[in-house]
Amino acid sequence: MSDEKKGWKELPIGAILEAGTAKNYKTGDWRHIRPIWNKEKCIQCLRCWIYCPDSSIIIKDGKVDGIDLDHCKGCGICAAECPVKPVKAITMVSEKEIK
Amino acid sequence: MRKKLAITGNEAVAYAMKQINPDVVAAYPITPATEIVQIFSQYVADGEVNTEFVAVESEHSAMSATIGASAAGSRAMTATSSQGLALMFEMLYIASALRLPIVMPEVNRSLSAPINIHADHSDTMGARDCGWLQIYCENSQEAYDSLIQAVRIAEESLLPIMVTIDGFIISHAMEAVDTFDNKEVQNFIGKYKPAHPLLDIKHPITIGAIDFNDYYFEHKRSQIEAMNNVEPVILKINEEFKKSFGRGYGLFEEYMMQDAETAIVVIGSTAGTAKVAVDNLRKQGKKVGLLRLRVFRPFPAEKLSKALSHLKAVAVLDRSTGMNAYAGPVCTEVASSLYTHSDLPASQQAGKKPKILNYIYGLGGRDIFVEDIQKVYVDLENVAKGEKTEKLINYIGVRE
Amino acid sequence: MKNMVEIRWHGRGGQGAKTAALLFADSAMSAGKFIQAFPEYGPERMGAPVQSFDRLSNEPITLHCGITSPDIVAVLDPTLMATVDVTAGLSDGGVIIINTASSPAEMRKEMGLSGKKIFTIDASGISKETLGRDIPNTPMLGALVKVSGLLEIENVLEDTKKKLEKKFRTKPELIEGNILAIKRAYEEVKGE
Repeated sequence: MSDEKKGWKELPIGAILEAGTAKNYKTGDWRHIRPIWNKEKCIQCLRCWIYCPDSSIIIKDGKVDGIDLDHCKGCGICAAECPVKPVKAITMVSEKEIK
Repeated sequence: MRKKLAITGNEAVAYAMKQINPDVVAAYPITPATEIVQIFSQYVADGEVNTEFVAVESEHSAMSATIGASAAGSRAMTATSSQGLALMFEMLYIASALRLPIVMPEVNRSLSAPINIHADHSDTMGARDCGWLQIYCENSQEAYDSLIQAVRIAEESLLPIMVTIDGFIISHAMEAVDTFDNKEVQNFIGKYKPAHPLLDIKHPITIGAIDFNDYYFEHKRSQIEAMNNVEPVILKINEEFKKSFGRGYGLFEEYMMQDAETAIVVIGSTAGTAKVAVDNLRKQGKKVGLLRLRVFRPFPAEKLSKALSHLKAVAVLDRSTGMNAYAGPVCTEVASSLYTHSDLPASQQAGKKPKILNYIYGLGGRDIFVEDIQKVYVDLENVAKGEKTEKLINYIGVRE
Repeated sequence: MKNMVEIRWHGRGGQGAKTAALLFADSAMSAGKFIQAFPEYGPERMGAPVQSFDRLSNEPITLHCGITSPDIVAVLDPTLMATVDVTAGLSDGGVIIINTASSPAEMRKEMGLSGKKIFTIDASGISKETLGRDIPNTPMLGALVKVSGLLEIENVLEDTKKKLEKKFRTKPELIEGNILAIKRAYEEVKGE
């Protein structure tokens, strides 16, 4: 790992980074449970999008279109907030079961 | 038009700020630097500058706002003193690590407690390792000139700089100051081209991101290198200044040092008083000299040690105390530079260095007179003759 | 002129001892002297005894310490002399200028002074007549110009006018009053 990192002479001055680097930092592998979104059950209330702390609910044309698994850390807030009854439109499933 | 003005140190500093005409000044008043901010805000109110003046609620905010303004891409300044500088402390490190060329006049004043408004160097000496450049001025003229130079030094080295004067002794004393034409000053400092402005929306950047043990050291190493490279920048800009204005200042000033056998090292206004002591003793045939250290950051260790190494004995005068059961900050650095930058081979080094004495003086504005300084030279003469030094640390003017 | 002349002003906070020292130095600079003027450093305290200082020289001044043995002492308020030793550090040949309606001989007796040159001027009286208020600093300036012989009165009047014009942009009557006060004191100061 360490030999891939830059030496001090290669770094931009003032600890500057290009903008928006968080996008390149994939945190999806922190996840042990995964949200599964059921398009048929979803009522498009967008609560999951409002509450997701990692901006991982993908929106297309104003509607939920899936989950960004590269950045979703599996916190489960989307599932907890989903108001659809009796079975929620987002449910959390163990990563083990997926494999 | 060039004008000779009878003005105080604070007025000279405010006048230089007016001629620099920075884009943003965010400041909070504090004795004895209050007048700088007050006079400058009057310039703003009278439309004599184009500066956006931000009145803030504390010095922490003053430095924070100045950092924000500088990062955005503006030429930004502030001014402070003593407790104000102390309150800025955490932000000082951020300004330097983000490589923001902020210029800050600082009026040297003691730190509480006990509460005191008078001159000593405790405030800026406390901030000596925060990555800022530091220039200590002897008088108002030098403060005016240095502030104009400081803009260029900061912007070329991409490091923030503080230019200091002694509180009240200089800040509130009127002297004649030769000032330049506004246009001359503007020509000298040039148009500001920020290195990496946040407001350049075509090239968006992130600054101040978190940096763990994988990269922090590299970024600090890069910042260290910036400090390593400043000395020639200061000298180069000083040469240009000399060419334009006929005056100049080095990293330090050597007064009667050529054939001196003993010397005093001192910073700030006391150097002026010490020059009179040197003149008096020279008339008596004593081979005494004076080295006034002006640029303390970067510390000119190599050049300084060369200038002092031929002496028999050196007294370093500190207007602050290290509170370290050892010596004052100027003394410890001068002494260590003599040890680490010797031309002599190791085998000959022992016993060849000048003896060093440290004198703590002037804390909380305690005055120091010509006679006090002449007494130090007497001590040095005795030490040079081979008399045993009783004490490393001595105090001038404190009651036992 | 002796190579360096040091002057100490005694006054009370608010009487303008600092302004007098600055005005005098400013005029001296215009006359080609090297100058310093500084107040006794401290917080402003209306009514408290305060001091301010001038250094004038024909050579550059590098001294940055206080003045302990002045050549001239100017006392803006004679009531100060009950509590402050205004002659401290003043040599035998030194000069003292006092704002009082008494004569120099009367003051010498009152202060029990031998030696030293004593000058008196009713600066408060002049100020009340020319400015309608007791602001004795500018008349004292006029007396100092006369007694010290260091500067030309015409130049001092011209310089002071310029300075006051900046300070009292909206009160021209104060400028005229001050100038008249300096002139009168210059003419009326008496000494022995």
